[in-house]
This record gives sequence, structure tokens and C-alpha cells, in this order.
Amino acid sequence: MKNVLALPLRPYLAALLTALALMMPSASRAAGFEELVARLPEGGYSDRAQTIDAIARTGDPRAAQLFEALLEGRLHARKADGRVVILVEGAAGATAIDALSGESLGEAPARSTERIKVNNRLRGMLRSAIGALSLTSPDRETRLRAAQSVLKSGDPADIEALDAALSAESDREVAAALAEARAAAILNAKAPVAERRAAVAILAARGDAAAQAALAPHASDPAIVAEVAAALARIERTQRMWGVAQNVWYGLSLGSVLMLAAIGLAITFGVMGVINMAHGELVMLGAYTTFAVQEAIRGSAPWLFDFSLLIAAPLAMLVAGGVGIAIERGIVRHLYGRPLETLLATWGVSLILQQAVRTIFGPNNREVGNPSWMSGAFEIGQMTVTWSRLWILIFALAVFFALLLVLRRSFFGLQMRAVTQDRPMAAEMGIDTGRVDALTFGLGAGIAGLAGVALSQIDNVSPNLGQSYIVDSFMVVVFGGAGNLWGALAGGFGLGVVNKFLEPWTGAVLGKILVLAFIILFIQKRPRGLFALRGRAAEA
Amino acid sequence: MLGRREFLKMGAAGTALLSAPSILRAATDGPIKVGVLHSLSGTMAISETTLKDVMLMLVEEQNKKGGLLGRELQPVVVDPASDWPLFAEKARELIEKDRVAAVFGCWTSVSRKSVLPVFKELNNLLFYPVQYEGEESERNVFYTGAAPNQQAIPAVDYLMSEDGGGVERWVLAGTDYVYPRTTNKILEAYLKSKGVAPEDIMVNYTPFGHSDWQTIVSDIKAFGSAGKKTAVVSTINGDANVPFYKELANQGISAEDIPVVAFSVGEEELAGLDAAPLVGHLAAWNYFMSVDTPENADFIAKWHAFTGDPNRVTNDPMEAHYIGFNMWVKAVEKAGTTDPDAVIDAIVGVSAPNLTGGCSTMMPNHHVTKPVLVGEIQENGQFDVVWETPGLVVGDAWSDYLPDSAKLISDWRAPMSCGNFNVELGRCGGAG
Repeated sequence: MKNVLALPLRPYLAALLTALALMMPSASRAAGFEELVARLPEGGYSDRAQTIDAIARTGDPRAAQLFEALLEGRLHARKADGRVVILVEGAAGATAIDALSGESLGEAPARSTERIKVNNRLRGMLRSAIGALSLTSPDRETRLRAAQSVLKSGDPADIEALDAALSAESDREVAAALAEARAAAILNAKAPVAERRAAVAILAARGDAAAQAALAPHASDPAIVAEVAAALARIERTQRMWGVAQNVWYGLSLGSVLMLAAIGLAITFGVMGVINMAHGELVMLGAYTTFAVQEAIRGSAPWLFDFSLLIAAPLAMLVAGGVGIAIERGIVRHLYGRPLETLLATWGVSLILQQAVRTIFGPNNREVGNPSWMSGAFEIGQMTVTWSRLWILIFALAVFFALLLVLRRSFFGLQMRAVTQDRPMAAEMGIDTGRVDALTFGLGAGIAGLAGVALSQIDNVSPNLGQSYIVDSFMVVVFGGAGNLWGALAGGFGLGVVNKFLEPWTGAVLGKILVLAFIILFIQKRPRGLFALRGRAAEA
Repeated sequence: MLGRREFLKMGAAGTALLSAPSILRAATDGPIKVGVLHSLSGTMAISETTLKDVMLMLVEEQNKKGGLLGRELQPVVVDPASDWPLFAEKARELIEKDRVAAVFGCWTSVSRKSVLPVFKELNNLLFYPVQYEGEESERNVFYTGAAPNQQAIPAVDYLMSEDGGGVERWVLAGTDYVYPRTTNKILEAYLKSKGVAPEDIMVNYTPFGHSDWQTIVSDIKAFGSAGKKTAVVSTINGDANVPFYKELANQGISAEDIPVVAFSVGEEELAGLDAAPLVGHLAAWNYFMSVDTPENADFIAKWHAFTGDPNRVTNDPMEAHYIGFNMWVKAVEKAGTTDPDAVIDAIVGVSAPNLTGGCSTMMPNHHVTKPVLVGEIQENGQFDVVWETPGLVVGDAWSDYLPDSAKLISDWRAPMSCGNFNVELGRCGGAG
């Protein structure tokens, strides 16, 4: 009913509104800053776009702060009188500040104000407007960011502001960024040919994706077609070079994840020969421990959040290790020498663990936050390196070498090697082989838990987390050579890099299939993997 | 046996004197059973468990209103455990053993395809609540989720518009299975019909649960720096979304640079993510939890009361079940029986309120009419509606943009009673 009524009414309503708008004097003459701000809450997104544009053109110094608030969703309209206010979140709730005068209007209870909404297009406009307004900010970082956002928009209207900022700029890097932003605006402004040529040269020297995006629309500009084509070709060449480096990095990063997931298995499967299908679920337990730690921190000690992973890591190792020991003592030890039964039993355990987590934590993904030191990315040349991936790589290597040290240098490592190499002899020497088995399995499981802490940063924390890593982990261990930690290292990184070089060519799906096919062929040739164990232990 | 029935009749006659006649029939016929076929374990439990809960809530609501045809409704919940063949077995069990009047269930297309033969053979009803790839219309199935023309195509239209940023270059990224492949085929044909050059379309498929998005995200970044406004249309499924969005945020791709519009990401999926870096990325659905209507406020309040958790979110497939369940109730009331044949005849043309302030109607092709909304992700994990279709959109079983499907129509009313009538050949039976 509602729709039937609404449809024929709409044209009349639109006509009425237009008539009203025409009658209003404010619409026809250039409105002042105050008037424009008051108009912000009205109408749809395109009306708001016009208002924002008009505000930016007033050049009023208050505009930057206003735009920031609008961008961050803090600009509200009071429901009572329609006054535009900026909300400031405090400990005791939000307080409202008048958007124009900055005078405090006291507490703003929830639902007493309505947020002035923005969409993507408006956000883009606001960011470039803020950029243009903060080109001469005293803070160097702000100026740099401002120059970059103006480069992105390439709006010819900003040329004057850029010129003014350039003449006042003393920092070399910011000045270069400003010159590049100016070049993009010059190209769009259809300036004289000589100036445009110079602009192309400036952007070509920058030579990255942002420069490419600024140049590409002018590829068919007849006056500078040759220059633009040459510049684009040069940019593409450098990008291809960096692309190789980037691929290597992606490969190493994927490899570190693979190795981290597999390294625990290298102990339980590689060293002990137990096919542990619940390995992935032990990883998942580690991830859920991280979640639980973060929840506790969020609830009681938010200032500890940046250390949450450091706290979670030992706990995850204990939880997963404990569950691992329970699995070994409860099930696996009764099945030594019967690989098929072990496979089925541990698979059953994996299903039980999955469903248990699903019952306790619910089937949905759980949010595990990145500590501030693991968020974002930095650039090396034209290569983007994300902090989370870098830390995971470092963490994976640290875990690997720590484990190596335990196996080679500690008394427990000695016992463990003795038991796996010659069980009866080790027992004769007074080693409690049952205890060593349990601890070895627990160590492998604990390391799976550590992997879970790292994976919680890049993957879903859901009951299915483990499933997606179990196949990859076995692949790494089998490829690298069971029983050898170096095999897991080489296997993980090798497969990671190969995968990442295949992916751009073949797509992710076919790439994965090719890697699997390659491993099958490789195992035909070298059944014991890359690093085969030699000697008596290998025969056992 | 006869003695007990006699006794029941006598008892019923006795109560009839004392109470409303509805209770009389309830006593004679027993409850009407409603099958709920959603995975409660395995990979799909993440999405389907909620739908089981919402069905229980809807049945409880209906019972509070006095049941259906004066009889109590009784939900029968089974767990097909994300295992496609098990879906068919469980469907058979629901229909043959539990004698349910209708089944509400399935999420993935493959699970729907796996139960189809069972529903045809045993002639029962399936209400399927999830957006899907279209290209299907069956007599026994009612598609209450969106067809591609109720989700994908309007979303692309929005992005091409001025408000959506005037996108000219498109990345179609999806998980490698039937829904993304078909949807992307339709979208590619649609984009080309709108004058988009083939070199401005990049198609990319990834395996299920893909977790290393570094290469693909940097490819998207490179594709997007050709000076034309670029957007990603994502049919990436389920678990792969979280690492995908995390990688986008980490590589500093914001929604203003390259917006991502997703067809499988809703409130439920965002609950596992820090939404702050995702502000402005889009989703197209027929319902958002943030929609401000009295019906929706009421539904959310009931949902929170039913689950006992004030933080539980609602999402689009839940609304689809809400619409589908109410349509089924109305059709049964109209037919005066739960007999599948009678309900199939009665349900076409039945309208039920949706949660966005309108009324959805069951069309002869067993799809429903729905509004299409495009929402932007907000910091709190909710969506702000930035655009909606002016009216309701009729679900199209066969896409107009695929040459083989364009000539097919579907109408399950007599005399046509056909799901794939070929208008060129003038006969029922598909493209060939």
C-alpha cells in the first residue's frame, strides 16, 4: 500500500521542493560559512557534496576541523534545534561543541543528536579538501599526507594553494611531494604544453603507482603523448623489477606461515611418526587462547592490549601442549605402531575439539585485534611490507631456532633423540620412554599453539581454522623430509616462494593444484623428502 | 488403535464444549511439523546456526498467535553437518520419517542441488533463504533470497552512478564455485552491455578458505592505478573474507581508493573483524540490521529476547526466512491444508511484510519481490544504507544477460506449470 501511494506523489513532491528552494534567497547568492554549515544536515549525498564544495571554497580556517569531524562521523545535528555540533567522546559520555564557535554545549546524551552521514564519494572529497587546507600545517607528517591526498585528487583548483605551500616549504621530502601534487594538478588543468611536459617529467621521476594513476588518463593527450607513453613505460619497468622482489617477500611470508603451522607437526609426525590429524585443531586452540586473553585484557586492563600477544604466547603453548599431552596419554599411546588407527582416532579428536570450541565460543568468527605494532605497512622502494607479516616471519624463525636449540642442546632433547632413535636401548639406559613420548608430543602440540597465536593475526579465528592448515602442514613436512627440522624450514619457504611465483601466472586455484602435483612427483623421485634421514633411524 | 482414536474423539468432544474450536482440531490432528535443515556443525555452521535459531523463534511466535489452522507448529531440527550428501539423507528423513509439512533450509548452492531430487520425488516444499546464482526454478522450491538481478546488478548500477563514484574499471573476485562463477558470468555480460571494455574487467578466482591474499590484493592495487576509478565486486565466500579485508587494510587500500562491494558479507561476518579500517566498503543486500522501520525494530527486539543476547546481530538470510515462513503460513491458511500441492498452488501471489517497510510477494517463478539496498560498512560493524532501488525488484530465475537463459521464462501456475519454458521453441524444457 505504502509504495502504491508513494509513487505518484513523488514528482509533485520534487516539484514542490524545487519551487521552495528557488524561493529561498540563500540558494541564489553566495552563502557564508555559517549558513553553509547549517545546511550540511539537509538533503541527500549530492546536496551535501555541493555544500562541502562551497565550504571548501570559502577558505574559512574553521573548515579543516569541521571536515575532520565530518569524516570521522563526529559531526552531528542536534535533534532539538538542528544545530550542527561536534561530539567529543569523554570518559563520562559525549559532550557537544558548537561546530562554528567552538563553545561547549554540555553533555549530549545518546540519540539526542543525529550523525551527518557521508559516503565514499564525500569521504574522498573531504580528504582532498582537508589536504588542500592543511598544506601549510606546522606538522611535517600532516603536510606530507596532505600533499599525497592532493596528488590523488589532482584538482586544478588547488594549484594556487600548492604554489603558496611550495614557496614556504623547507623540508625536501615534503617539497618533492608538493611538486608532484602540483604536477598532477597542472596536467589536469590543461596548462601550456611546456608546463605539462615538465609535469610529466616530475611524475615520471616519482615512478610509482600513484604517479601512474595520475599520468594514465593523459596517455592520449596529443601534445604530450610521447612523453606520457615513455614515462608510463619506465614506471612499468621499475614496477616489474620491484614486482619480483615483492613476490619473493610474499613467498617468504607465506612460507613462514606454512613453516609455523608445520613445525609442530615436524615433531609429532616427523620425529615420533604419529599421524596427528588433530594438529590443526591444536593450532586453533592457540588462536582461541589469544582471543580469550584479549577479551580478558579488553575487559579489565585495556592498557595491556599491545602486550596481549606476548601474554597469549606462553598461555597458548601451555593450553595446546596440555591438550596434546592428554591426547597422547589418553589415545595415541595405545595405538603406537598402528598408523591407520592413529589416523582415525586423531581425526575423531579433531572433530570433537572443533565441536567443543563451537559449543563454548559459538560458531562465528571471533575478533582478535592487531596490537598497534603489528598494524599497517611500510614501504621499501615500491614494495609494501605489512608489519604483521614481518613479525610473523621473525616469530617463525625465532620459534624454529629455539626448537632447534632445545633438541640439540638440552637434556630433554637428548632424551628425545635417544628414544626416537633406539627405544629399547634408551629404556635400558633408564630413560622413562613413556614420559618422554608424552612430553615430545606435548612440545609439538605446544608449538602448534604458538602458531595459532600468530595465525590469529592474519586469519579467521573460527572453529574451522585448523582444517585449512592441516593439509598444508603435512605437505610441508613430507616435502621437507620427515624427522628433520631443517626440512620443515626449507619445505615451508620453498613451497611458499614457488606458490607465490605461480599465482600471478596461473591464478590461485591452479597454482595450488600445480604445487600439489609437483610434490607428488617429487616424492616419487625422493620418497624421504628434501632432507632425508640417513643411518639406522631411517630404517626403523 | 481404534479404541484410542475413539477415546480421543470423545475427549475432544468434551473439550469442544468448554473451549475454542481450534483446540479441538489440535487435539485430533496433532502438531504440524516444520523441518529445519541447517548445518549445526562443520564449515557452514558459522552461517547456518543462526538460521536454525531464527526458525525456532518464528515457529514459537506463530504458536503464541495460536498456531496454524488451529494446530500447534512443531519444529524438527536436523544437522546435515556441512556434508552435501548428508543434506539429501536428512531431507529424506524429515519428509519420510518426521512427515514435515515444509522444510526451511540449505545455504550453499551445492546443498540445495543435492536435496532437489528428494523434494521432487517425495513432493514436499523447500524454502531456500540465501542469495544465489539464479538459473533455476523448481516446482518444490521457493527462493526467498536474492537472485542476481536483486543483488549483483543493482549494486553495479550504483557503483557506475555519480554517487557511487562513477566506476569504470572492475575486478570480479570470487571463490571458485558455482555461485561466483555464474554471477560473474552474468556481471561480465552486463558490464560489456554497458560499454565497459574487456581490458577494464579483471576476473579472479581463489580456492575455498583462501587465506594468503597478498598477491591478489597487490594485483588489485596495480589494476586500480590505471587512472580510472576502480571497484572490486566480491563474491568471495565465508571464511576467506576476513583475511581478504585484513590484507586490504594492511596494504592501505581504503574504500575511497578502491571500494569493494560484497554479496556474501553481512553483519554476521563483520562480527569477527575490526571494522574501523573497512569503513566505506560496501555490501548489497535486501535487508540490513540498521534499517529503521518499526517492523525491523520489533524483529530485532524479539530476536534479542529469544536468544537472550543483546549483542546478536540480524542479517539478510534471516529476513528471507521471516518472509518465507510468513508466506508459507498465509498460503496454508489460504489453502486450508498443509498438503504440498495445494500450498504450491496457493502461495503464488501471496504477500508478506518484509522488514524494510514493504510487502514481498511470491511470484509465479517461485522467487519473491524485494527492495535492493546498498550499504556502507560503519565502524560499529553495521551498514549505512547509501542507496536503494525506488521500488521492489522481481526476482528473475533466468538471467536476461546470458544468451541461453534470456529466452527462458518460468511460471508454475496452470496451465504453463513449467520452470524453464523456452519462448523461442514454444515448449517447456530449457535452452536446448
